Amino acid sequence: MKLSFSKKQKKMLARIIAGVIIFAAGELIPFENIPYGSYIELAVFLGAYLAAGGGILLKAGKNILRGQIFDENFLMCIASLGAFFVGQYSEGVEVMIFFLVGELFESYAVEKSRRSISGLMDIRPDSANVIRDGNIVTVSPEEVKLGETIAVSPGERIPLDGVVTKGSSSADTSALTGESVPRDLSVGSEALSGCINQSGVIEIEVEKEYGQSTVARILELVENSASSKAKTENFITKFARYYTPAVCILALALAVIPSLITGQWSTWIYRALTFLVVSCPCALVISVPLGFFAGIGAASSKGILVKGSNYLEALSHAEVAVMDKTGTLTKGSFEVTEIKPEGISAEKLIEYAAYAEYFSSHPISVSLKKAYGREIDPSVISSSGETAGSGVNADIEGHTVCAGKAKYIENITGKACPKPEKPGTAVYVSRDGSYIGYVLISDEIKDDAKDAVSEMHRCGISKTVMLTGDSKEVGRYTAEKLGLDEVFAELLPDEKVSHVAELKKQTSEKGRLIYVGDGINDAPVLACADIGIAMGGLGSDAAIEAADIVIMDDKPSKIPAAIRIARRTLAIVTQNIVFSLGVKAVILILGALGIVGMQAAVFADVGVMVIAVLNSVRALKVK
Amino acid sequence: MKKVFELRDLDCANCAAKMEDAISKIDGVQSASVSFFTQKMTIEADEGDFDKILKKAVKAISKIEPDCEVVLK
Repeated sequence: MKLSFSKKQKKMLARIIAGVIIFAAGELIPFENIPYGSYIELAVFLGAYLAAGGGILLKAGKNILRGQIFDENFLMCIASLGAFFVGQYSEGVEVMIFFLVGELFESYAVEKSRRSISGLMDIRPDSANVIRDGNIVTVSPEEVKLGETIAVSPGERIPLDGVVTKGSSSADTSALTGESVPRDLSVGSEALSGCINQSGVIEIEVEKEYGQSTVARILELVENSASSKAKTENFITKFARYYTPAVCILALALAVIPSLITGQWSTWIYRALTFLVVSCPCALVISVPLGFFAGIGAASSKGILVKGSNYLEALSHAEVAVMDKTGTLTKGSFEVTEIKPEGISAEKLIEYAAYAEYFSSHPISVSLKKAYGREIDPSVISSSGETAGSGVNADIEGHTVCAGKAKYIENITGKACPKPEKPGTAVYVSRDGSYIGYVLISDEIKDDAKDAVSEMHRCGISKTVMLTGDSKEVGRYTAEKLGLDEVFAELLPDEKVSHVAELKKQTSEKGRLIYVGDGINDAPVLACADIGIAMGGLGSDAAIEAADIVIMDDKPSKIPAAIRIARRTLAIVTQNIVFSLGVKAVILILGALGIVGMQAAVFADVGVMVIAVLNSVRALKVK
Repeated sequence: MKKVFELRDLDCANCAAKMEDAISKIDGVQSASVSFFTQKMTIEADEGDFDKILKKAVKAISKIEPDCEVVLK
């Protein structure tokens, strides 16, 4: 590890070294053998003290002038000067040096973790190469206007959202999604800002100004995440406000009351000074927000954006997970899952269906044509028509082919159509008035959906529920396949809200309800849930806007991943609180009894802070 | 309206908490937050009073930590 100190830190280090050298000299010189030894001793130790703590003294003095009494610098000064007062010179110096070492370590560790976390979130493009009058001009991304063309070389970050107009390449989206598989970019494809262009030079026509671009929106979200604080954080802030004055009052009481009774003033003043040493709540005030900050950083490195530590905290109490079906657990694109011909070949059936649906742009028609897989020659279609919401008909190579819903075909053939065994939407086909089979189309379940659901159960979600506007059969089938606990089907958007409200009542007092949707049409539901999670945030403004947590890609497996990160973060924060308060309490008791001295107290205090900070940094590491 | 400001040389977490408390108490501030880790201050207040409130906030900050500077854009 390379140590790099800021100017301020170097100054601190110099003070510490100077203090230690003079202090060591003071310890080695046998003062008792020198004339006026005791005065020289005091002078040497005071020298060491001022060399190390002069800055702190000055700062404390200034703070008092501004009315900041319970300032940690001031308390440290009182404690160390007090030690001098009761004749413990070396302890006074030691307390100051330890305090400085602690401060130095704190600022170093905090700066370092702050940098590594912001590094994770650093997707800000520095400049844009815009093509103006045939020349490439480098400007800041904010200066590029709509419709201008920018050139992006390999290795550069795409600065603004737009459409590729020239060249082809692949884009590394890992900074946004945590996904390592690159996206292909070619002419006509959408290029998202924040991604890194990997292989070739591309030109992009800018479609969104910088402020509206994906990268700016994400950065805004990340920057604002610090303003929504978790309950634990607020509790610590409040606690800190009372803790320091309380300990100081106790110290005063400890210095005065027993002394009046026993008359041993210096003993009890010394013990009281031990109190002042542990009166700074630093370990808590730093490590708790740092833990949350690291947790949010860890999540964002996986493509999970958390809008504030309060949501991370709530997520750790997730008990019920409610999910939307289409687009969340399923791909939202329809695929042919079964071809059931009657009297003709499967190929011929899909060919008829694809030709009959040729002129329709309905998603189902699109997937039929995709399943057919070959070029359609429209010249063989002599006439065509559509009965809205029921089906289509076309004359193909001299045959009248009809395709559509069961009722539509039943009217033509006069016979009942068979019901498919699997769930999905069936497209029935007839040729010249007789039934020739059906093609079943259904929404495909996402590859990792099943794992995501079982993983959720494993990490403590007691109930998984799916809400869908789809038919009961499809809903039940999907839920069974994924291992979901409950399913509610054929719901209108407002019914989803009332179901979520109902489910919320069933959670325990601490338990939270999460709702996962794709951000399309479910903003009210996202708002109604304790924690709204939107999937597929990359490129969708609505999702980023409405949700508390945004999963940048469309992988449901990120839901349990987010819950795990949240639980881990909360565990670390709790450890720090219990550990710091525990050690402080022990030191207060031992100090009052005179078992530990000031050195032990300051050492324990600084040590606790170091351990707590290091522990918080662990939240950054995700498995 | 809500605005985010960068803070330079915000050195102590406890001070950040004190600043947050002090700024929240300024008249007209709907919500305020000071983050030690992102070194940012967020103030939510009515647009009309914003400049006045910001001035008070800057004053409050320098009272708690004189080295700390608010970067005004």
